[in-house]
Amino acid sequence: MLRYFLKRLLWMIPIILAVAIVVFTLMTFCPGDPAEIILGSEATDEALEAKRVELGLRDPYFVRLARYLSDTFIHFELGTAWKTGIPIADSIKERLPRTMLLSGITLFLSFGIGVPLGVIAAVNQNRWQDSLCMILALIGVSMPNFWLALLLVILFAVKLKWLPALGIGGVKYYILPAISSSSMHIASSARQSRSSMLDVIRSDYITTARAKGVPENQVITKHALKNALIPIITMMGTQFGKMLGGAMIIETIFSIPGMGTLIITAVNNRDYPVVQTGSIFLAIVFSFSMLLVDMLYALVDPRIKAQYQRKGKMKRRAK
Amino acid sequence: MSENKSYLKIENLRVEYFSSKEVVHAVNGVNLRMHKGKTLGLVGETGAGKTTIAKSILRILPDVGSRIVEGSITVDGQDLLKLKENDMRKIRGNDISMIFQDPMTALNPVQRVGEQISEAVRLHSDMSKEDCDKRAKEMLKMVGITEDRFSEYPHQFSGGMKQRIVIAIALACNPKILLADEPTTALDVTIQAQVLDLVAELQKKFNTSMLLITHDLGVVAQVCDDVAIIYAGQIVEYGTKEQIFHHPSHPYTVGLFGAIPDMAGDDEWLHPIEGLPPDPTKPIKGCAFAPRCKFATDKCFNETPVTHKTPDGHECSCHNMKEALKEEEK
Amino acid sequence: MIMSGKKHKGQSEFSRFIYQLSKNKMAMIGLAIIILEVFIAVFAPAIAPYGYQEIDANALRQPPSSAHWFGTDEIGRDIFSRVIIGTRYSLSMGILATLISSAIGIVIGAIAGFAGGWADNVIMRALDVIQSLPGMLLVIVMSAVLGSGYFNTILALSVGSIPAAARMLRANMLRQRKAEYIEAAYSINCSPARIIFKHLVPNSISANIVQMTMGVSHVIVQAASLSFIGLGIQPPTPDWGAMLSGARAFIRKSPHMVIFPGLAIAITVLAVNMLGDGVRDAMDPKLKK
Repeated sequence: MLRYFLKRLLWMIPIILAVAIVVFTLMTFCPGDPAEIILGSEATDEALEAKRVELGLRDPYFVRLARYLSDTFIHFELGTAWKTGIPIADSIKERLPRTMLLSGITLFLSFGIGVPLGVIAAVNQNRWQDSLCMILALIGVSMPNFWLALLLVILFAVKLKWLPALGIGGVKYYILPAISSSSMHIASSARQSRSSMLDVIRSDYITTARAKGVPENQVITKHALKNALIPIITMMGTQFGKMLGGAMIIETIFSIPGMGTLIITAVNNRDYPVVQTGSIFLAIVFSFSMLLVDMLYALVDPRIKAQYQRKGKMKRRAK
Repeated sequence: MSENKSYLKIENLRVEYFSSKEVVHAVNGVNLRMHKGKTLGLVGETGAGKTTIAKSILRILPDVGSRIVEGSITVDGQDLLKLKENDMRKIRGNDISMIFQDPMTALNPVQRVGEQISEAVRLHSDMSKEDCDKRAKEMLKMVGITEDRFSEYPHQFSGGMKQRIVIAIALACNPKILLADEPTTALDVTIQAQVLDLVAELQKKFNTSMLLITHDLGVVAQVCDDVAIIYAGQIVEYGTKEQIFHHPSHPYTVGLFGAIPDMAGDDEWLHPIEGLPPDPTKPIKGCAFAPRCKFATDKCFNETPVTHKTPDGHECSCHNMKEALKEEEK
Repeated sequence: MIMSGKKHKGQSEFSRFIYQLSKNKMAMIGLAIIILEVFIAVFAPAIAPYGYQEIDANALRQPPSSAHWFGTDEIGRDIFSRVIIGTRYSLSMGILATLISSAIGIVIGAIAGFAGGWADNVIMRALDVIQSLPGMLLVIVMSAVLGSGYFNTILALSVGSIPAAARMLRANMLRQRKAEYIEAAYSINCSPARIIFKHLVPNSISANIVQMTMGVSHVIVQAASLSFIGLGIQPPTPDWGAMLSGARAFIRKSPHMVIFPGLAIAITVLAVNMLGDGVRDAMDPKLKK
């Protein structure tokens, strides 16, 4: 299993390199003149041209690409933002944890609240608990997270003045962002959990468990849930990307200085090095998270574990 | 047929499955008797209600969409249908257990095999975990699986071995009654023989009474003592194996035996029973088999048949039993 | 997914699906709302009481009133009219982007699934690369590259959904390839192209259809998010997300500016989800019988 994990980890390297190349190339197509952004529109033509040479913008594409890749991955020199002059490495170091924290809270809530809700709905199929949970879930899944954020701000920050509308600080600064970021995912989790549980509950091995005399609550928690978790974890994996993306948008509403505000401001300012490098770092974090999710599968499903163990061995060409 | 006190008695059992659209009458007034230490074969085609009866005995019909409308299921004098859920739970897996049809899906894929057996023991005894595990290993050995496979998962076993594990789970607590729902249908013929032998051997060893559900008359011949034929949710004929095989009296039973290809002779065509079983969503008037029966009279379409005694002493529910017998003798 | 067992004699798979779907009340309500929105979108200029650029300098940030049902915004434009006209953007962008991404994804997935070998490998790695960037981030980057505007935004939105569609089709196709009916087709000398288009793709595509309907709602939210953060469709175009962006500054004094555009997005997404749920249930071979 460890072999499989290491193999996957090694695979990440070419993929991230490819991501870096693709993002870099895309950025070269972006409109806007970096020299002008840095020096301002008042600068003279000579100054602009000098700056362009200084930035290496007059070099051919491959040279610039190679320079970028070696700077970023070999020398770990991430450069500075064009607009603000702040070293990108510093920005990322400071902001990435905040974005990960918000995404992490979202993941935690989506699992911790969404799954139990879905299970309750499944176990009480067609009764009021089921209908209630599913209607709430349908609404939750349909509310755009940034709109919910604004509504929550109106209610809790403006009208009731219970919670702050922006910034970071203590726990209370994260409450509204966490709620707006997670509501859609809690709802989505609940729906998926309900569906998985219903599938599992209909399975033959659940009937076997009941026929053995296993008490109903153990049938649900010990037998059904463990099996239902497998598709639920799959879904969490695919949702995590949306959670990250959602967190980025939520940051802008609550002025949380995270990767979201960094990259979005940079895009609006045409500050492309920041967009480039920031995206690549997010890609690294995201890919690694996906790898962790895949490993988690193996913990829960022994069939997958067996598959990984086979794959960790000599790679055979399957035809 | 002996009249000794029946160990398991089902009387007038009616079970329905329902959805918002319709009601399926799965079991329509079934009367059955099982004797201690013997095997009762319950024979019928798919959809006749066999599995439903077994699940009703254990009361593991699905929560949603099924209902035992009326009837009683008495074991050793106690009506199971009147028991509280808690008491019923003590019986499941312990006094009465069940083997299921499809071994591929009957085991929990994420639970180790030994643990699945051990769990059954632990639920019904005060033994420590080690003792339960020991018992589980004994059961594994008994069904022909080496002890060191205790910690493996179901996907690591073949279909036949999975079925043995299911049997091990069912017999772990020495049940008094074993309900075997087509235990060999999903297996290869060669494995079938092995599994049947195993079940018969264990049954003799523990003096377990068994209800063997099957659609295969060959299996019945090999393993059963008594036979009940079920059609459209009702028992149409009931007797010892010898009585049923030598003197089938109900037209349906006669048809079943007639449909078996003759290994010795020279059949040109197979002789299936014409027609299809009735739609279970519609209530039946008269005899359920009448539309397919060549001896049917007006009475058959209007009056529900009563259970008669045949000349050799077994039971048959047919108005025109005598005609069918005469036909058979030809 | 080959449907075994037809409900009525001679009824095709498709009509069975439609029949099943029509019995689902929630799905039908969702469909009705979507049809209503399409209607509104088409006839928007006729329905809206004011033009979307029309300014009433005396009525800045007015709360809802009889003259302005949803109130006015910070420049004095009628929000109700702008929401009506905004209907043209969200739903159409969602549908178009999803159609484009699914079409491309299905083709890529089919090639990968059918060709196998190194072509499959290369395609899968390429998809891995695209999927390494979280969806919204990819959309943001593509939007930065392509610029703002209706069609550019649709393109930016579609890139993110291609990998999922491709993988789904490829997975189903791999499953179908092993099916016996394909062997049978080969054995009667069916050409590969015919096998792909007549047999493999139609049978693999049902899961994609479910994915598509769910995808539309996701893309609608992404589109609105883009406008909200200043990319995608920009003012004065009355895209709902852009309207929310403008409303943000006035959240304290004029909350009504936030409520209505957002409500429009939520209702649209809700309708699509209700329909999507119905589509998924109707396609499920394990019918609730």
